[in-house]
Amino acid sequence: MTRTRRGMHPVRRKRLIIVVFVFSGLALAVALAMQALNENINLFYPPDEIVGGHAPLNTQIRAGGMVKMGSVRRTAEGVDVEFVISDLKNSEFVVTYTGILPDMFREGQGVLATGRLLDDGSFLAVEVLAKHDENYMPPELIDMGKNNDS
Amino acid sequence: MFFDSFSAFLEMGGHGFYVWLSFGLTGLLIIGNVVHVRMARRNFFREHAQRQTRRKRSGTVPSNSGQNQQHKATEL
Amino acid sequence: MGVLKTLWHKLGSPRWFYDMSRSWSMIFGILAVLLLGAGTLWGLAYAPADYQQGNSFRIMYLHVPTALVAQSSYLMMGIAGVVLLVWRMKLADVLAAAIVPIGFSMTLIALFTGAIWGKPTWGTWWVWDARTTSMLVLLFLFIGVGALRDAITNLETAGRACAVLAIVGMINIPIIKYSVDWWLTLHQTSSFSLVEAPTMPSSMWAPLLLNVLGMYCFLGAVLTSAVRTGILKREQNTAWVNEVVEQELA
Repeated sequence: MTRTRRGMHPVRRKRLIIVVFVFSGLALAVALAMQALNENINLFYPPDEIVGGHAPLNTQIRAGGMVKMGSVRRTAEGVDVEFVISDLKNSEFVVTYTGILPDMFREGQGVLATGRLLDDGSFLAVEVLAKHDENYMPPELIDMGKNNDS
Repeated sequence: MFFDSFSAFLEMGGHGFYVWLSFGLTGLLIIGNVVHVRMARRNFFREHAQRQTRRKRSGTVPSNSGQNQQHKATEL
Repeated sequence: MGVLKTLWHKLGSPRWFYDMSRSWSMIFGILAVLLLGAGTLWGLAYAPADYQQGNSFRIMYLHVPTALVAQSSYLMMGIAGVVLLVWRMKLADVLAAAIVPIGFSMTLIALFTGAIWGKPTWGTWWVWDARTTSMLVLLFLFIGVGALRDAITNLETAGRACAVLAIVGMINIPIIKYSVDWWLTLHQTSSFSLVEAPTMPSSMWAPLLLNVLGMYCFLGAVLTSAVRTGILKREQNTAWVNEVVEQELA
């Protein structure tokens, strides 16, 4: 059997090589372009970049991270809100926002804020979106998990 | 059943609009695709029968087309 | 290997495929109805609600399957393009043409359900992050390939032009898949994987699996039917098509 198999017809092999070659070249070009644009493709600045001074001041940017547990403070009127975005490591910053928060906004959950980073290092948000993860869970199970954790 | 009642099922805990809109749109597009492929098949058979009729009239029927081709074409 | 090689050669004959696939559409269709029916009913009425999102998370049972099938169908179109360019296999071109409408629909459903899901969970219908944007590019690729085929009257030229565009567009597939890992996005990372343990309990995951399998069967049913019609159209001037038409009308 192996004797009779001589591989592909030379014309087809040539065509295949061309297709593979052109596709690889293109893929490489796209990969390099995306590498160069990496910063721009990221939707938001994580807390360590905000705290580390890598994010521009006083221009509209997005910042994201986790809402720190117990950090949400509302004013008496209930529309002004202040909370801390953290990366759960050592970077965190204060966000102030006036408006309605999304239903899914929770302490300990992901959040994405659009607004300006002020000179004092706090973030003045004009829009707040909730970010959720792929860990779906029925409520009963999560209560059990919490008991185990704490 | 996760829900206590049928109305709770429809309400989806306040998210009924989003859930049913999603399932409704998806259903429409799925049915649309089924209709599209079936229509394409039906149209081909109809047009093919018409072509056969024309060919027969002009006497250029390709080999082995049956005598009753025209009859069936009109039946469709 | 020998069997595969024979199959490969047989695929060169559209007529062989047409005779082979007579009942495929029906089988796939029945499987799709059963799987999608069971998965959707389970997902809508019996699966528990998510502890954060409540019932809006049920949109996942459509969003994830359609997004997967959309990407898979594009990948199929790209591979069919390679087969057409290298082996000049007619069937590959018929398949590539058949994929466009269903692939477009699946991408559209994934985008629609994503937007509808985004409103109650994120707080916005749309955000220009890497995942959503690359998925929108997929939609435009399907539109582009479809438009290109319509724009060129010569069948052979149209097929090759579409194959080239389809192959080039395949670069977008790994970008969609890994966008959520490579960049910071609002979109969460994958909830369905064949190689990793699911991040949700089986009561939530099982209906998703049913719907994913069901949506692939639906793709199979639609594609088989569209390919069979496509074959008849391509070969309409041959004796065997006349025979087939006669038989099926009888």
